[in-house]
Amino acid sequence: MRIELEGKARLLGDDINTDYIISSGRKKETLDPDVLKRYLFEALDPSFAASVAPGDLLVAGRNFGCGSAMEVAVTVVLAAGIRAVLATGFSRTYYRNAINNGLIPIECDTAGIHEGDELRVVLDDEGITVTDLTLGNALPGLPLPGIMLEILSSGGLVPYFRVHHDFKT
Amino acid sequence: MGKTISEKILSEKAGRDARAGDVLVCEVDYAMATDGSAPMAIDYFNQMGGTRVFDPDRIVFVMDHYSSLSHRNTTELQARMRAFAAAHGVTIHEVGDGICHQLMVETGRTLPGGLFVGADSHSVTGGALNAFATGIGSSDLAATMICGRIWLKVPHTIKVVLTGRLGPGVYPKDIALALAGLVGADGATYQAIEFSGPASAELDLDGRLVLCNMSVEMGAKAGIFNADRNTIEYLRARTMAPFKPAEADADARYRRVITLDVSGLTPMIARPHKVDNVGGIDASIGIPIQMVFLGTCTGGRIQDFHQALRILETAGRIAPGVQLVVTPASREVEAELRRDGSLGRLAATGATILSPGCGSCCGTAGPIPADGANVVSTANRNFKARMGNGAASIYLASPAACAAAAATGFITDPREIEERLR
Repeated sequence: MRIELEGKARLLGDDINTDYIISSGRKKETLDPDVLKRYLFEALDPSFAASVAPGDLLVAGRNFGCGSAMEVAVTVVLAAGIRAVLATGFSRTYYRNAINNGLIPIECDTAGIHEGDELRVVLDDEGITVTDLTLGNALPGLPLPGIMLEILSSGGLVPYFRVHHDFKT
Repeated sequence: MGKTISEKILSEKAGRDARAGDVLVCEVDYAMATDGSAPMAIDYFNQMGGTRVFDPDRIVFVMDHYSSLSHRNTTELQARMRAFAAAHGVTIHEVGDGICHQLMVETGRTLPGGLFVGADSHSVTGGALNAFATGIGSSDLAATMICGRIWLKVPHTIKVVLTGRLGPGVYPKDIALALAGLVGADGATYQAIEFSGPASAELDLDGRLVLCNMSVEMGAKAGIFNADRNTIEYLRARTMAPFKPAEADADARYRRVITLDVSGLTPMIARPHKVDNVGGIDASIGIPIQMVFLGTCTGGRIQDFHQALRILETAGRIAPGVQLVVTPASREVEAELRRDGSLGRLAATGATILSPGCGSCCGTAGPIPADGANVVSTANRNFKARMGNGAASIYLASPAACAAAAATGFITDPREIEERLR
């Protein structure tokens, strides 16, 4: 498997909880991520959603996706055209939900990345490498456990289960 | 080398000897979803090609996040849950029955040594009964509904040793908040917390539920107590099912040991907008409060309302300009409060009493705070907009401290009011 992405860094802070990604209240209206993406990060910055371009990459600090385990917090990010989130750390439920839906969660040191930096992400059997093309430096990412790589390379838990009908030991 | 509780339970459920860091596929005892997560889980189930559930008796759906009046679209989501439950024979708890985490405990389903997954982050609550209970998303829940299993990485464990005795006016919620401040919102990420020590053993089940519930606010995958006589007495009245408690070995390996002498604790408060933004209540005294919420899977049990009522009746009133919202965690809690007269007395103070469920906690099923309002709540999260309005500020405290704020109209040390009782 080899996944290669290039995109612009969209900087977020520490402890971005799932309600900041998409408010629980919005879930009352619809679960359709193509509608919900209009409200992406509205509690933090109401203008954020309109400024996201497909291909952008989210870059956060510690504890990204903490709080509720709600999965729309992942599907709404994908619907906005974002394929990967880079963070110093993730909540475990967000991390799992991301993998299960094909959103790539990358644990790496994000402190040096600036808003708008051009980033390249390469995920292959060797691991994950992030390059800040603007600064010209490489940031090693933490590797994924084997089963997560398999789910991700299947395209998510739905295609994985359509093939295996179970978790493979 | 010995094993932690998590290593023991997950080894047992995977049928092989495992240690922290190992990845296992484990048999699940119960899988639970709410109206906040089941509708998406049903979609994933169908997309995965699911035709039947692995065991309908071991899947539980709970409608707690949305009251029946909250929104036309949410009634539609609940209708889909009911249809799926009927088609597959899955157990369903109706709107008004209570909060999923309380129901999983009250119905005797959460058992020592068991493995419980719930599509809600506060599923960690069940660790109070010595289960490995953890939160997952809707897609994982769908997969478990199909195969009865889940893959889990065995977590490393932080041992929290509680010593000493709680002083007057200080409650299990204050321990939970103090720990959140000490460990931080991500200090236990990907790890389990084992609660031990003499002060842990002295906590009754309701107190243990508070600590386990809030372990996810430190990022924990599970928060687990030992099973003891209290645990077994509680369960004997509720289930005939056999169980095998899991106990840590004396030489188990811990990533970190935190010792907290609870004798030294004072009433605590988490300030907006982070759960680990914790301090002693003394530094926040005098902040005006417009809404007080007593309820949730953290603070909506019998003792919590007794604690609050004592303060409210001692003070003799709710301060003008304060809205007090009361939401019991379950129908059983509500019935007991009605039987012992507490519910009527709470209503007599002027509280608005809502039927059991998540209520105002996450802005989905109860009154929401006004723009600029300060709220003090018995809940577990104070994120901006958590209660449905990003222009409000949420403080978290014990039921006693919440009641003290309701009585005075500003953040107040509950001991000041409790002292009048002595």
